[in-house]
Amino acid sequence: MATFIDRRSGKHKSTVNRRRFIRRYKEQLKEAVSNSIAKRSIIDTTSGEKVKIPEKDIREPIFGHGKGGRRESVFSGNKEFVQGDKISRPQSGQQGTGSQASNKGEGLDDFVFEITREEFLELFFEDLELPDLVKKELSQLKSYKRVHAGFVRHGNPSNINIVRSLRNAHGRRIAMAGPIKKKIKAAKQELQQANEESPTDAAKILALEEKLKRLSKRLGTLPFIDEIDLRYNLHLKEPELTTQAVMFCLMDVSGSMDEVKKDLAKRFFLLLYLFLNRNYEKIEVVFIRHHTTAKEVDEQEFFYSRETGGTVVSSALEMMRNIMHERYLATEWNIYAAQASDGDNWNADSPYCREILLKDIMPHLQYFAYIEILPRHHQSLWQAYLDITKTNKSFAMQHINNQTEIYPIFRELFKRHKV
Amino acid sequence: MKKRRQPISQGSEWNFELVKKYNEEISRIASNYGLDTYPNQIEVISAQQMMDAYASVGMPIGYHHWSFGKQYVDVEKKYKRGHMGLAYEIVINSNPCISYLMEENTIAMQALVISHACFGHNSFFKNNYLFQTWTNADAIIDYLVFSKKYIARCEERYGIDEVEKILDACHALMNYGVDRYKHPPTLSIQEEEFRQQQRSEYLQTQVNELWRTIPKPSEENKEKTEVRIPEEPQENILYFIEKNAPLLETWQREIIRIVRKISQYFYPQKQTKIMNEGWACFWHYRIMNDLYDEGLVTDEFMIEFIQSHTSVIAQVPFDHPGYPGLNPYALGFGMWQDIRRICENPTEEDKFWFPEIVNRDWYKTIDFAMRNFKDESFIAQYLSPKMIRDLKLFSLLDDDKKSELEISAIHDEQGFQYIRQALSNQHNLSIIEPNIQVYSVDVRGNRSLTLRHIQYNHQPLNINTQEVLKHLYRLWGFDVALESVDADGNIVETSIFPTKD
Repeated sequence: MATFIDRRSGKHKSTVNRRRFIRRYKEQLKEAVSNSIAKRSIIDTTSGEKVKIPEKDIREPIFGHGKGGRRESVFSGNKEFVQGDKISRPQSGQQGTGSQASNKGEGLDDFVFEITREEFLELFFEDLELPDLVKKELSQLKSYKRVHAGFVRHGNPSNINIVRSLRNAHGRRIAMAGPIKKKIKAAKQELQQANEESPTDAAKILALEEKLKRLSKRLGTLPFIDEIDLRYNLHLKEPELTTQAVMFCLMDVSGSMDEVKKDLAKRFFLLLYLFLNRNYEKIEVVFIRHHTTAKEVDEQEFFYSRETGGTVVSSALEMMRNIMHERYLATEWNIYAAQASDGDNWNADSPYCREILLKDIMPHLQYFAYIEILPRHHQSLWQAYLDITKTNKSFAMQHINNQTEIYPIFRELFKRHKV
Repeated sequence: MKKRRQPISQGSEWNFELVKKYNEEISRIASNYGLDTYPNQIEVISAQQMMDAYASVGMPIGYHHWSFGKQYVDVEKKYKRGHMGLAYEIVINSNPCISYLMEENTIAMQALVISHACFGHNSFFKNNYLFQTWTNADAIIDYLVFSKKYIARCEERYGIDEVEKILDACHALMNYGVDRYKHPPTLSIQEEEFRQQQRSEYLQTQVNELWRTIPKPSEENKEKTEVRIPEEPQENILYFIEKNAPLLETWQREIIRIVRKISQYFYPQKQTKIMNEGWACFWHYRIMNDLYDEGLVTDEFMIEFIQSHTSVIAQVPFDHPGYPGLNPYALGFGMWQDIRRICENPTEEDKFWFPEIVNRDWYKTIDFAMRNFKDESFIAQYLSPKMIRDLKLFSLLDDDKKSELEISAIHDEQGFQYIRQALSNQHNLSIIEPNIQVYSVDVRGNRSLTLRHIQYNHQPLNINTQEVLKHLYRLWGFDVALESVDADGNIVETSIFPTKD
């Protein structure tokens, strides 16, 4: 009479409602998300994020009684009260109004909400995309991977599959030897019989012995391994989309870049990293800092160690070029670069920077973003780079004056191009 | 002594075979007592699905809304932190009666849930007069399917935002979307869809009639003096809006109707929490003990059950840091047990207080009580001095005209009647929820809508009032006002939206 149903495999019904919730509080969530960015390390994006929404924003109001008036409530567990006892009113009113109050949402606590990494990135990079050009190349970029595709009868000797081949040979030997062995057995029996019954009939015995010898010889000629036994491994090349990217962070650490500027640069790099992270499975980051000479460093050193000196931007670009050449071939990697500088460069160096970029770097790059931080006035580097933008769509540059501009500028650089 | 049989199972693991066996035995015991139930549909779900069910406030199929998502996040958070054990039962008032078993439960818990939900709650749903009057167990699933489809269709046509606005507004007034005196029609899904189409055309013509701007023939006008809308104050605010709001479109009216119907469906549950939970606890306690007496369950099974049962019906004292209020399970279970005790072993005191039930057949007595009462009247009728003493109940009077709180009654001879009444009031929906009705519409003027709040014991409305009015305004389309009226009929407070500055 009762029906039993196993629903455990059923779908997760609240997914839609959860999305609705995120959709509705997108503004608040977005704000919380951008606040949290500042606190993160640049590569620490594997986790989701706890975001808070003020409770009052998500309250669902209903009519209810407020404090005041005359009310009576029944409680359990009386210990020492007798009728008529007077109690001073508790300040918070929590006891006085206790069980009658129905407005659950009155606490001032924030509503803490944990979003997944996907939701986090989704919210953060809504409306942004990789520039069109890059996207097109992304889908064309292929590398090949050898995959095992079974066994074949013909092939290169180096691909012989020994186990398979020997197994085939073994089987063939058993199959071919079977009938001969049977005949030998029969012949032996016949010989024995002849020996017992008519040991005098030498001709017959001789004929039988002859036959036995012939059969044994045939057995001996069965090849241990034959050409038809051989099996070769087959490998095929399968195209696969590259899902790895490398991001070069270039930063000027000459004397003119102070902590404030570096912090701005860091935020920008962080954004770019997060953004790429959403599109690629694997990302490597190369940090190159430079003053008059360039050096590849780790994140910690990149942002926090202090050095001073003059500025030769081309040193960093040269280093980047070399690293690209050695470790990140454009056929296998999607290469992005972000450069931050205060625009101070040794004047004679700027044309050379342009040349390296145009000739050696830009052809292999998906995107190059240059930000100039707190420029008093644009100098030769800006002018040189401006030339590049004329011919190169995947080169972008902006300048940033203060922290609040970073995100808008980032959006500006990567915004979705509406056709 | 009954003959003891072999235990159905050993150990705590469960499988479908075993659950079915337990169900058969439980069913046998229940029908021996005479419990009348809908057929059961028992569904096994995961913990995550249980949280789903929680979040959609017990509707097995629900339309989509962000508030359910919020609810889910909340439930999930509490569950993960360990603040909340998931209740081992969710049961739906439908025919067949759907109950959920969680896969993480042990076999003892599954048996407990089956007796609690599939026989306790189930029989309550089927027989209590409030449920019989206000809900239609045969049609609810169909109706939920219809409403989900309808709202999804509206989202496609008018956009999620538009639908969300209406739903938000309706949810704010959901408690005031309930008929208290009429019987709802019973409809199947096909009828419902057919009627919805007809209704949409009809509704629009009705609204036009009310707001007709072309003057009527003068003869009619002479006889009629001022028309009053509504003729009588209307307590079902959502119903009034659905029928009379001038600017709403048909689909918006239909959504109001859906929310109103669902609110009506839950209306009896709000008023029978103590009875219903107590009833279910009473029966699972009986059935489990009977199983044990027959030798069908092991000692370890029984200990697990008792431990769980005890924690469910525990009542912490008011000065406990986590005092959540009176535990409806404790009060309900205690009262049903107590009624049986009064029938079977009455004391002198009981004979004085409950002359009509002492020495009566206990099953008939509780069956009668289950069918014909709601929390408020159930407490007023059956709360015994012994229960009041056992729970050490006392009542506290909080009057804002006085500087101190006063203990108005305790569990002594003089206090029993008082506490009984106070506790009954505390479960009276028309006292818990502010009494707010549609009072008038300025038909000839600016079309403003006025609600009236009749104060109970001078209690003012809470800070959400303005927010709710904003939602009401969204539905009504013209100015809305809410007047609070004291016992003498004087208006003591008025809120309006939009505010005049």
